[in-house]
Amino acid sequence: MTALLEEPTVDAPTEDRHTIPSRAVRHTLALTKRNLIKLVRTPEQLVDVTLQPVIFLLLFTYVFGGAIAGGSQHHYLQFLLPGLLGQTIAMGSVALGQNLNADIEKGVFDRFRSLPIARSAPLVGAVLADFVRYLILCVVMVATGYALGFRVSTGPAQALAAIVLSIGFALCFCWISVWVGMIARTSGAVQGIMFLLILPLSFGSSTFAPTSTMPGWLQAFVKVNPISHLAGAVRGLMLGGALQSDLLWTLGWMAALLVVFVPLALRGYRRRA
Amino acid sequence: MTNAIEAEGLTKRFGSTLALDGVSLTVPQGSVLGVLGPNGAGKTTAVRILATLLRADGGTARVGGFDVARDPHKVRQTIGLTGQYASVDEELSGTQNLVLIGQLLDLTTRGAKARAKELLAWFDLQDAADRPAKTYSGGMRRRLDLAASLVGRPSVIFLDEPTTGLDPAKREDMWDVVRNLVTDGSTVLLTTQYLDEADALADRITVIDHGQVIAHDTPDGLKRIVGGQTLTIRPSDPALVEDAYQIIARVSGTTPERLGGAAISAPVKGDRAMVEAVQALSSAGIAVTELSLHLPSLDEVFFTLTGTRNRDTEEAA
Repeated sequence: MTALLEEPTVDAPTEDRHTIPSRAVRHTLALTKRNLIKLVRTPEQLVDVTLQPVIFLLLFTYVFGGAIAGGSQHHYLQFLLPGLLGQTIAMGSVALGQNLNADIEKGVFDRFRSLPIARSAPLVGAVLADFVRYLILCVVMVATGYALGFRVSTGPAQALAAIVLSIGFALCFCWISVWVGMIARTSGAVQGIMFLLILPLSFGSSTFAPTSTMPGWLQAFVKVNPISHLAGAVRGLMLGGALQSDLLWTLGWMAALLVVFVPLALRGYRRRA
Repeated sequence: MTNAIEAEGLTKRFGSTLALDGVSLTVPQGSVLGVLGPNGAGKTTAVRILATLLRADGGTARVGGFDVARDPHKVRQTIGLTGQYASVDEELSGTQNLVLIGQLLDLTTRGAKARAKELLAWFDLQDAADRPAKTYSGGMRRRLDLAASLVGRPSVIFLDEPTTGLDPAKREDMWDVVRNLVTDGSTVLLTTQYLDEADALADRITVIDHGQVIAHDTPDGLKRIVGGQTLTIRPSDPALVEDAYQIIARVSGTTPERLGGAAISAPVKGDRAMVEAVQALSSAGIAVTELSLHLPSLDEVFFTLTGTRNRDTEEAA
């Protein structure tokens, strides 16, 4: 027993290195790994990035496809898939806030807060681990689309760029969920608040139908809606056509989401007793 | 002797509830302070402030010589915290839980693994090392939680109700662990709802109630205040209850209390009371089905210290 607490035998925490970024990076990656282990141990948590996109794709293609795209389900699928990617990404982010909220409630984060590590490390670690979920989501979505007849009409490089852009957007958008996870009292409330936000964002967009039939006020909303711009950028990359404006809007939104919600989430985390 | 923990006039308000109302306490290096109090007394709030999880509204505190408000990072390098609810990662195995903490404390991966192995062996968890913590029993979880707080060899250890919810045998095990920590020179602050636990482990006891310190003493001093121990007997032959009552009255020098089921109890002082009672009962030919000597319960301690019983012990912690 004495050996357990006296001078360290292996190596010791060195002092005053807490401001060195490489340390923060190492801590963040260790916490990313923690979240990935949790992901592997509870694969049922992947339903929202595996089965859900498949069901959405099937339902929307065959329920609306005939009516909206002049009877051609194939044409509708070509139009729908890039937009649906944005919606499922937004919905996939909900679990992150819920899990963080539950971790805090259970006291798991108390340990992290009592350790000499950067306050942001547990949150950033959780976001980075979510990368894997979004990657799965994109692969499932595109693969299911292909099985149903979706075809990229540009090239593999552009398709890859579309997926990179989508995952990048997801990693920015999910900070909203992290913030809500910090301020909501229960994980159920996180879900409620996030869906209240996601429903207008995803349906009030150019995802499901062309915007030309919408009333003016809705068109105005659609024009600034980040999900619309992501859909437009992904369409441009996968199907060709106008790209630049939507791409710039999307990148702008990504920066704005980070600038606003990362500090809010960190502040919420610090204030959470 | 220098103090490992010093708190002066800590206050903390949650909404309209004053959780801490000027709590001061000191813990000399290498000693154990027991913080005794019912649910909602403010024990957990005090620990959370000292462990830098919470900011006090008023007052100051130093842990390991560092101010908890101004130098929280330094404090965190000094302390280990075991919360009231075993806060281990359920999906991670015992080893993974400890290795993660080691990596966060800047051990190399190899160092973290070696430390995890060492601690798992010490806490008798090596057989469960690779199982997810959610498969652990309550006692195993507590041990893993405690092990996690020791990865960085902290010199100051906070244990927030370390035995709440454990069965008596597991409780004794946990007590042994705490005693070992102190033998190795660590300073321990533990909170508890049980006087016997504070008595078994602590060098000094601070009793808090409604966010205020209502007593601070050694276990013996506190027991002198609250009236030593309580002797309880139950004659096997109900017909002999009156004879037994007279004997206990004589031995204790007080008016014994009649409990349900023919049991009799009385506060006793000194170490000879039990032996005298047994001898007297024996010569009177009275056999007993129950014979015990125990410390006053928290309720009785509070009754003595505050003069009120029937406290609301269901307040939120």
